[in-house]
Amino acid sequence: MSEFAQILRDKKLDRQSPDTSTMIDNITTDQVRRHLAQPPGRYSIDRLMALLSPAASELLEEMAQQARQLTIQRFGRTVQMYAPLYVSNVCVNSCLYCGFNCQTEFSRTRLTIDQAVKDGKVIASEGFRHILLVSGEDTKYVTNDYLAELAQRLREDFSSVSIEIYPLDEAGYKNCFDAGIDGVTLYQETYDRDTYERYHIAGPKADYDQRLDSYDRAARAGMRRLGLGVLLGLADWRQETLALAEHAAYLMKKYWRSQVSFSFPRLRPAPHVAEEYEHLVGERELVQMMIALRLCFADAGIVLSTRESAELRNNAVNLCVTRISAGSKTNPGGYSEEDDSTEQFVIADDRDPSEVAKMIKRAGREAVWKDWDTSFTA
Amino acid sequence: MEKLKIADKEFTSRLFIGTGKYSSNADMAKAIDASGSEMVTVALRRVDIRNENDDMLAAVDRDRCVLLPNTSGARDGEEAVRLARLTRAASGINWVKLEVTPDPYYLLPDGGETLKAAETLVNDGFVVLPYINADPILAKKLQDVGTATVMPLASPIGSNQGLTTRAAIEIIIEQATVPVVVDAGLGLPSHAAEAMEMGADAVLVNTAIATAGDPAAMAEAFKLATEAGRTAYLAGKAAISKTANASSPLTGFLRD
Repeated sequence: MSEFAQILRDKKLDRQSPDTSTMIDNITTDQVRRHLAQPPGRYSIDRLMALLSPAASELLEEMAQQARQLTIQRFGRTVQMYAPLYVSNVCVNSCLYCGFNCQTEFSRTRLTIDQAVKDGKVIASEGFRHILLVSGEDTKYVTNDYLAELAQRLREDFSSVSIEIYPLDEAGYKNCFDAGIDGVTLYQETYDRDTYERYHIAGPKADYDQRLDSYDRAARAGMRRLGLGVLLGLADWRQETLALAEHAAYLMKKYWRSQVSFSFPRLRPAPHVAEEYEHLVGERELVQMMIALRLCFADAGIVLSTRESAELRNNAVNLCVTRISAGSKTNPGGYSEEDDSTEQFVIADDRDPSEVAKMIKRAGREAVWKDWDTSFTA
Repeated sequence: MEKLKIADKEFTSRLFIGTGKYSSNADMAKAIDASGSEMVTVALRRVDIRNENDDMLAAVDRDRCVLLPNTSGARDGEEAVRLARLTRAASGINWVKLEVTPDPYYLLPDGGETLKAAETLVNDGFVVLPYINADPILAKKLQDVGTATVMPLASPIGSNQGLTTRAAIEIIIEQATVPVVVDAGLGLPSHAAEAMEMGADAVLVNTAIATAGDPAAMAEAFKLATEAGRTAYLAGKAAISKTANASSPLTGFLRD
């Protein structure tokens, strides 16, 4: 068992428990107020439990004000822009919530390097200089060599290339890093082992521990940015947030040269997915989760994708969000091809990037398109 | 007031300004203008240094201000050197604010890597202004290898805590043979004034101005504070005593 898996086990966070729920439910408003009276930005599990509690929900405005101030202090009045580029919707996994589930029959698409670069050119023409390569677990096609070659081609147009793909071994991550890929986003999906088993019924992804260890491998390979998140809707969000925060705290201490960010993917309607979820997270809860994490991690990136509505995103840029996607296509070739391939999920904010940038300006923020340089990873 | 000389350039203003964290480049330009600053540092990761029309670069009045590229984001000395060299090749600018900050959270500088990179860059013909912890020995070593200044932090970057490293900065000022620029952590104009009263040659401010409610007004306040602190330093401060020195002494009636 890996070091972090052992930590989760010792802290009883790898299996959700009614006792933990009761503990959080019993937190009083006064306890929350005491935590809010402390300087914001420092993590302890007690503090996070308090800020995630139903009692804290009553103090959400006060928490939001603190989160806003802290975010401005640490990140300034800026929001970084990025766009995802889906390179393949082929996948060997069977995850019940995902539109790319291998047991679902639809016409799969893989982009050649040239096709992916063509999509990249469209994204670059919209102003983006940060790009995120996304793929299903397509190990036969989206290989290390494919990623390395694509990253090198994309670096003509992009300052920073990150990946959100299946877990690699350490050598694979190193190979990607040497090719100029500087960040890895990977979602554990759920930290609850039972829920994990229930939703990941076949394929390599069914191995909870192998996935959990991926973050260490990526960090050891030198990746500068580590994106964490849980798929909100699979299990109790409060307990998921505790495990997520422990993971972040562990990574920050052990791999102190890498910056951790949080994403908040809420389950969205997806093609061919008929799943019903017990733990869907509402907007108020989502905002509480974002703010609570900000108040515990002053310098963590807070990422919000086009899964969320325009209205929520308009307001979240004034809360604590530091990075935002725009104009996203979640199907391979979606930016440059006319025939639509299958999307991973349906986006909720379909405004084009310039409209999102204008919204950010109206919110008193600057949309930052470039905040990295290829020279760092030359 | 006497001018500040760094390498071959003279500066009337002793307030240096950063360019991150503003809500817009227009707000940044107004703040720089109000600050009277003649030295503006810009993160190479944020700009396309090859492109004069880059939004941020275009917002800096290059006739009035020296553009000081910084290497923020560099995790080791090698990366910082590479970045500085690429910048010079693309822009012709051979001044660099050397930042080597392997920790992405507090952005604390790595002294050893900074020293190595500084030596390489000085030998390469760069004018090097290194950002450092308030470490008097490191400051001496840097000036020995030929840096144009030393830039000790007042407190962690962006923290607005003011001069938490005061005792060490006093030693650096006392011993320095190059200008000392107090950088990072100055949150209020009074902090800048305090640094200048101590004898710092200049201060560098970013977050406190960029994230103020009215950045231009705060920039002006920092300008005035920097000038006030410098004037006070030059005036020669009155001695501090732990006991009262009454203007009408109680023992004045005693005659020798």
